[in-house]
Amino acid sequence: MSTRQTRTAARLMMSPAVVLLLGWMIIPLSMTIYFSFLRYNLLMPGTEEWAGLMNYRFFLTDPAFFSAMGNTLLLVGGVLTITVLGGIALGLLLDQPFFGQGIVRILVIAPFFVMPTVSALVWKNMFMNPVNGLFAHAAKFLGMQPYDFLAVSPLFSIILIVAWQWLPFSTLILLTALQSLDSEQKEASEMDGAGPVSQFIHIVLPHLSRAITVVILIQTIFLLSVFAEILVTTNGGPGYASTNITYLVYAQSLLQFDVGGGSAGGIVAVILANIVAIFLMRMIGKNLEV
Amino acid sequence: MGSISLKQVSKVFGDTTVIPGLDLQIEEGEFVVFVGPSGCGKSTLLRLIAGLEDVSGGVIEIDGRDATTIAPAKRGLAMVFQSYALYPHMSVRKNIGFPLKMAKMDKAEIDRKVEGAASVLNLTDYLERRPGQLSGGQRQRVAIGRAIVRDPAAFLFDEPLSNLDAALRVNMRLEISELHQQLQTTMIYVTHDQVEAMTMADKIVVLQAGRIEQVGSPLDLYHKPRNRFVAGFIGSPKMNFIEGAEAARHDAAAIGIRPEHLSLSKTEGDWKGTVGVAEHLGSDTFLHLNVDDIGAMTARASGEFDVSHGDRIFLSPRADKIHRFGADGNAIP
Repeated sequence: MSTRQTRTAARLMMSPAVVLLLGWMIIPLSMTIYFSFLRYNLLMPGTEEWAGLMNYRFFLTDPAFFSAMGNTLLLVGGVLTITVLGGIALGLLLDQPFFGQGIVRILVIAPFFVMPTVSALVWKNMFMNPVNGLFAHAAKFLGMQPYDFLAVSPLFSIILIVAWQWLPFSTLILLTALQSLDSEQKEASEMDGAGPVSQFIHIVLPHLSRAITVVILIQTIFLLSVFAEILVTTNGGPGYASTNITYLVYAQSLLQFDVGGGSAGGIVAVILANIVAIFLMRMIGKNLEV
Repeated sequence: MGSISLKQVSKVFGDTTVIPGLDLQIEEGEFVVFVGPSGCGKSTLLRLIAGLEDVSGGVIEIDGRDATTIAPAKRGLAMVFQSYALYPHMSVRKNIGFPLKMAKMDKAEIDRKVEGAASVLNLTDYLERRPGQLSGGQRQRVAIGRAIVRDPAAFLFDEPLSNLDAALRVNMRLEISELHQQLQTTMIYVTHDQVEAMTMADKIVVLQAGRIEQVGSPLDLYHKPRNRFVAGFIGSPKMNFIEGAEAARHDAAAIGIRPEHLSLSKTEGDWKGTVGVAEHLGSDTFLHLNVDDIGAMTARASGEFDVSHGDRIFLSPRADKIHRFGADGNAIP
């Protein structure tokens, strides 16, 4: 009796929060779905009319859509590869005792606190600029032709910038995972005859697998929606060379004033993100089970 | 195979000297127990022998061969850790087979050895499980299995039973002793529990502050402790120490008498005391007494001896069981 009452009370108490959260999600989502079926252009206000699936047909048959999808996958995959491998390497290094450990750890984590627009601008103007950038100076010092990163290989440059931002995150998570490895396990494997390499493969890496899974899942969520770095560096160009789906939706709805087409793109992006999520959970979700 | 000798081995961590320099000979096939209060350096000593810590000075010889600078895996020793240190992501089979896999042994041979070890340790039904699905005692046995398959020159145990509950501890104590009888391999066992030391050892090494206080068989240590520390550490409940006039009567700075060597009587005896707390264990009763002119003492009475708080009783020490100690704490023969 008493438990039933507490349960009812708990539901009542929770309902405002649940309703608020649900509304926060449902209203924008249903608005977007609704707009995606309208012919809705900001240049022609008041002429909205039902358009059926036309917006979807246009968006999905647009050649830009396919290159944006490829770019999105390349961006996510590239950044994940760099941050996971680099994070493991940095984590292993920072796990060693050395002089000035505290300061170095703070320095390593610092990039994560720099906002994306700022770090992208710093990279664009101070490092990758073909005239004044540090890389250009280095190349000239070595007698080589400066490389125009953002013009020649824009997607790769953006991958570098985003990876630099996310490396501290993966380093931090993987470092704490490394530190939670029982030292007796390492000693036991040492007694069992495992050298540094087989110790890493057989003991350390399996111990890290859960942390790596967490890093991949969390980063994928955020990397699918990279936007600021593209906006301040390449504006998605040249052509569509560095446009991802997020940026394409932005371009469709706010540069071409086509709210209907943008909304359709947004819904397509939601569906794609869910497909990626399902694949990821299938592939690596079992690592999260106890 | 399996004699170990330590010559002037010392260990220093920064400014702290943990082991100031110690000699010890461990014979082949012996069950040696290092015992001492926490922080006495017994685990450090074991880790030095294992090679997990580098010695600061001195020589460690295994089978007459200088092993001081040899890598842990090459010393031919196997260690069972306090936390068992099983690899959580591997099945029991892979855990036990891991040292063999590292030694690049072929798969059929590994399987044969693992199954052999598993049948010795009653683990055959659990080979495909993960350590997380096993009970404490089973994990302990897996850790021992991982040590057995290597055919080591000696086993090193670092307080292996301290994570088990009391009943299981008694059980595992027997199993390890039984294993020693079967394998006849040298075993070095570290514990702070003197009961484990007394029941399992061929030879007990009592350590305090990195120094060896006494080496000997359990009964040697019990009957002929070399100094007050050993006398007080070995035996349960602890030996009673008496100083002052009573000790001077025996030409010593202090005398010691074990609780079990005091005879109790309600009518006559050498000393008279008041009963404090009485701990009834059934077979025995431990009496905490306040003896006139001497102070607090513990005495063991048979379970039938009927006393209660506040009773006045007489005690007499058995004359041949009195230990005499000089002012420096060493025993006077």
